[in-house]
Amino acid sequence: MSPSLEARDLTKQFGRFTALNGLNLKIEGTKCVGFLGPNGAGKTTTLKLLTDMIFPTRGEAFINGVSSRRDRKRALGDAGVLIESPEIYSSLTPNEALGMVADLRGLPAADRRDRIRTVLGEVKMTEWADQKVGRFSKGMKQRINIAAALVHDPDVLILDEPSTGLDPRGMAEVRSIVRDLKKSQRLIFMSSHILSEVVDVCDEVALIDKGKLLFYDSLDNVTSRFADGHQSVDAMLARPVGADQVGQTVATLPGVSSATLLDPRRIRIKFTGGLAAQERLVEALVGLHLGVLQVTESESALEEIYLQQISRGD
Amino acid sequence: MAGATVDLPAGRLHVPQSGQQVTKLARYQFREYLRSRRFVALAGIVVAIGVIVTAIVAHFRGGLVASNLAFYGSFWGGGSPFVAVLAAVFFGGDAIAGEFQNKTGYFLMGLPLRRGTVYVGKFIAAYLAGVAMMLLFLVILVLNGVYYFGGSAFPWQLGISFVLALVYLSAVLGATFFFSSLFKTSAYGFVLTALLFIIGFTLLQDVVTGLVKIEPWMLISYADSAIGTIFASPVNWGLSGTITTSSMMVGRMHIVTTTYTAGIAEGVVIMIVYLLLAAIGGLLLFEREEFS
Ligand SMILES: Nc1ncnc2c1ncn2[C@@H]1O[C@H](COP(=O)(O)OP(=O)(O)OP(=O)(O)O)[C@@H](O)[C@H]1O
Ligand SMILES: [Mg+2]
Repeated sequence: MSPSLEARDLTKQFGRFTALNGLNLKIEGTKCVGFLGPNGAGKTTTLKLLTDMIFPTRGEAFINGVSSRRDRKRALGDAGVLIESPEIYSSLTPNEALGMVADLRGLPAADRRDRIRTVLGEVKMTEWADQKVGRFSKGMKQRINIAAALVHDPDVLILDEPSTGLDPRGMAEVRSIVRDLKKSQRLIFMSSHILSEVVDVCDEVALIDKGKLLFYDSLDNVTSRFADGHQSVDAMLARPVGADQVGQTVATLPGVSSATLLDPRRIRIKFTGGLAAQERLVEALVGLHLGVLQVTESESALEEIYLQQISRGD
Repeated sequence: MAGATVDLPAGRLHVPQSGQQVTKLARYQFREYLRSRRFVALAGIVVAIGVIVTAIVAHFRGGLVASNLAFYGSFWGGGSPFVAVLAAVFFGGDAIAGEFQNKTGYFLMGLPLRRGTVYVGKFIAAYLAGVAMMLLFLVILVLNGVYYFGGSAFPWQLGISFVLALVYLSAVLGATFFFSSLFKTSAYGFVLTALLFIIGFTLLQDVVTGLVKIEPWMLISYADSAIGTIFASPVNWGLSGTITTSSMMVGRMHIVTTTYTAGIAEGVVIMIVYLLLAAIGGLLLFEREEFS
């Protein structure tokens, strides 16, 4: 059975305030789904409902087909959860904290040490394995929390802004961990404010605002569907170029509607015509001999859609 | 990622039975108590109480050491309920509330544990930490006992009284857990338990016996007197209390006081009822608690 997460008419009210309003969402298969939305949109609320930390006012949440409210133990058995950057009992060391998690989750005693060493290596905390968590910095604690979510090698990962509190290198490491996890048959549902992170590691995105789901689709579809026919890529160059040069060369290529120099080695190119046009564009760019190192979908594509969708609700 | 990763063979992960999880969790939480500053602090307080008792006995002797029963009746009977309340406050006051306040709850609640497992596991751990304190107090008293009474330092009543004190501890801890999950704020658990069990019930008992003039069978302060009265003879093992009236002259006033003394079985029943009501009430509350 492939891993799955499902929200059926999931609704949460705090007093009179509706934090989540009739969310219907079914995510199935092994992939990474980015969960986006502005502050207060209801992301954390959704993840807490999925994991039975809070209870729905209406509707139901399922992990791998098991209702979290009815049987949280079974629902969470194959899930790794990281919500709200928890605190770990301060007198524990990472080895002890992860040992407790592994034990309570039923990891065979024989595998525990190896698994704990592996995940501590993944989050780059090996040398802190026997220090008390109480003295750790925020980012170090978050790394241990990530390790705790991974220690039993779960099918489903529910992560609430996993890279909050991490330094740039830490964020890059989280990205790389998530990308690695994806390879090994997992479903990852991850809320985030960092669009580049989502573009980087996720296959699909769900966007909510004011407790309502705006869309859930593959990243490719989303970018092409909402971009008014426009797409945008960033070209990274080996050597610096001038704005004039860009205006005379790149901007005049067929299909290109604009080319902006973001910095001397980075050009943002807007164009129309979908995948075929993109392919031709890359070819032509290489032909210009500007020293193109790589062409990536610019993160702003998602950003533009994000802003456009969010403002529509105002 | 660099390095060999150890992936678990599929299908080998079996989440343990809830009963096993309770035991595991209790063990981890108990270890947490043993390492805590609070544990050391309370052990210090208990030792201090022990030292004071030792000094008082050494100084006054007389009636206090007239017999081993008189000695334990006063000091174990009077002291152990107080130690039990302190232990409940120290170990139970924020056991549940702290999970909310310190955000450690999000760590536990991400695990495949029923809410009841968390509650019961934490209760057992706090109880064991409390038992450790009761044992410490007992050891200090018994050392005194051995000094004054030698071979007869261990009256049979002491064993039973110790068990009664442990039952009392469980009832007080039950109440503390109840408050701790009723208010998600630690301070309430501490303050309410301390106020209620050190002053509140005693006041109520005075009201019930003095004004209403009935046996205060509904009060735990009445029940816990069994811990001390077991050293008196004859022992009332029964399910109903003994009533004694005494009169005395204060100036020209003739004052009659009526004293109720709980039977041992009666005391046990009352304490267990308190434990069940509080612990189950607290558990039901915790089952409905949201980590929002
Ligand atoms: N316990 C609570 N009581 C009252 N309102 C709450 C509670 N928890 C959340 N809310 C409200 O519900 C809404 C959604 O909150 P939620 O934490 O799900 O947002 P979010 O999408 O995770 O935001 P962020 O990006 O800032 O983390 C917010 O308006 C918040 O104020
Ligand atoms: Mg949030």
